[in-house]
Amino acid sequence: MNSLGIEQFPDYKVPGVQHVDFHPYESNGGSVVAIAGDDFVVIAADTRLSSGYTIHSRDQSKLFQMSSRTVLGSTGCWCDTLSLTGLVKLRMQMYEHTHLKTMTTDAVAQMLSIIMYNRRFFPYYVSNILAGLDKDGKGVVYSYDPIGHCERATYRAGGTAGSLLQPVLDNQIGYKNQNVPADQLPKLTKERAVAVASDTFISAAERDIYTGDSVLINIITKDGIEEKTLQLRKD
Amino acid sequence: MMNNSFAQPLWQNGPAPGQFYNFIGGVNNNGAPAQLPRELTTCGPYGTKHSTAAITTGSSVLGIKFDGGVLVAADTLVSYGSLARYQNIDRVFKINDKILIGGSGDFADIQSIKRSIDQKMIEDQCCNDGVIMKPKAMATWMTRVLYNRRSRMNPLYIDVVVGGIDEGGVPFLGSVDLRGRAYDDYVVATGFARHLALPLVRERKPKDRDFTFEEATNLIREAMKVLYYRDTRSMPRYTVGICSASDCSIKGPFKVEENWTFAETIKGY
Repeated sequence: MNSLGIEQFPDYKVPGVQHVDFHPYESNGGSVVAIAGDDFVVIAADTRLSSGYTIHSRDQSKLFQMSSRTVLGSTGCWCDTLSLTGLVKLRMQMYEHTHLKTMTTDAVAQMLSIIMYNRRFFPYYVSNILAGLDKDGKGVVYSYDPIGHCERATYRAGGTAGSLLQPVLDNQIGYKNQNVPADQLPKLTKERAVAVASDTFISAAERDIYTGDSVLINIITKDGIEEKTLQLRKD
Repeated sequence: MMNNSFAQPLWQNGPAPGQFYNFIGGVNNNGAPAQLPRELTTCGPYGTKHSTAAITTGSSVLGIKFDGGVLVAADTLVSYGSLARYQNIDRVFKINDKILIGGSGDFADIQSIKRSIDQKMIEDQCCNDGVIMKPKAMATWMTRVLYNRRSRMNPLYIDVVVGGIDEGGVPFLGSVDLRGRAYDDYVVATGFARHLALPLVRERKPKDRDFTFEEATNLIREAMKVLYYRDTRSMPRYTVGICSASDCSIKGPFKVEENWTFAETIKGY
């Protein structure tokens, strides 16, 4: 507390003047799901931007195409999302101009972690999921916490409905605790990944007020990024 | 780190007995320029008290996009708490032939950022290259300024609507708040308009097309009326900025069509 601040001198407070502490963070909601396959990766995010009970926009993409084989899904404090994705894009462009090649998904993943940890003591309040094809063309998903901890996975959910979506993925994609021998697990197809991602969002929109309106789905393959939309409930 | 429980010096950064004092901004004894004053937002040794609340405030701003441009409307009141202090102030500004800005929140902060923008426009004109700043660029610039200030815990208490004609003659309408949160949509609102006007406009939005100019003007007229009836920090007078391919100007002030005949039917108070 500031030893010379007005709160130390109640006699000098002006009646009627309200002193509100400024909060630099705000949760603007939204959810992301990413599912990786052998030669593709699907990443989906809803398009609702809100704070509290107010919906600012029903059509705000939270997927940022960083390159032809990398997409970043980012939710949380929207102003931090904008700053962070802007910075990552800038650094990727600098890399491209210096090295005359596009950053690989794994390199972007590592850089994102470093950029986030740079703000360790005033973090970007965001939930990031990075999806893309690695240098061998295999689908990968990286997930982050707000201070830059990075983990490679095959499927991940994040954002306000992350805790609702992740168990569904554990069951439907990870086949967790189902006593299926590893060699008998069905191979994940693109169609099934899109279907499961869509269903999780439809379910999440029932219970999470910060997830809804519509879902943007990006399907990344070696041929490029295919985009799809799915309408969700808008209440 | 200084122990705060003991008395702290009452006097600092000033003349000390038996020593020369160099005024900041002047020159040192050796003729070299003195160190310039610290940046306004860096902390002092005992912390810095930043503004914690808006003082003179403007209420709602409403922006609606139509097929050929944008409309931005705000009433002409700047309040001092609950006092309707300044009743004839335009809160919608024309920045150049492509950009309109509507400001709500602390009006001093609005004026401050408006001065910076006007200076930018002069520099823009001095280039004399025929290139003119577009609203998308303005909105992005605004996010950087506001995000920077919020990151220093010294925000500008404003909520602005930026609209106009963007690259390729496409209408742009966006909003930036005190944290630097930005988005664009066919309708944006600040203050009470977010609760009262936004649903009205969204309800009337045709799914397959943009609003027409006529639909947009009618919506503005109706929304400003609702805001006057229900927002206690509003006035029945407003200005509307229009920006289209052929015109960028501020129209008005217009009067809200008031009708209080229903008042005598209200009983029970």
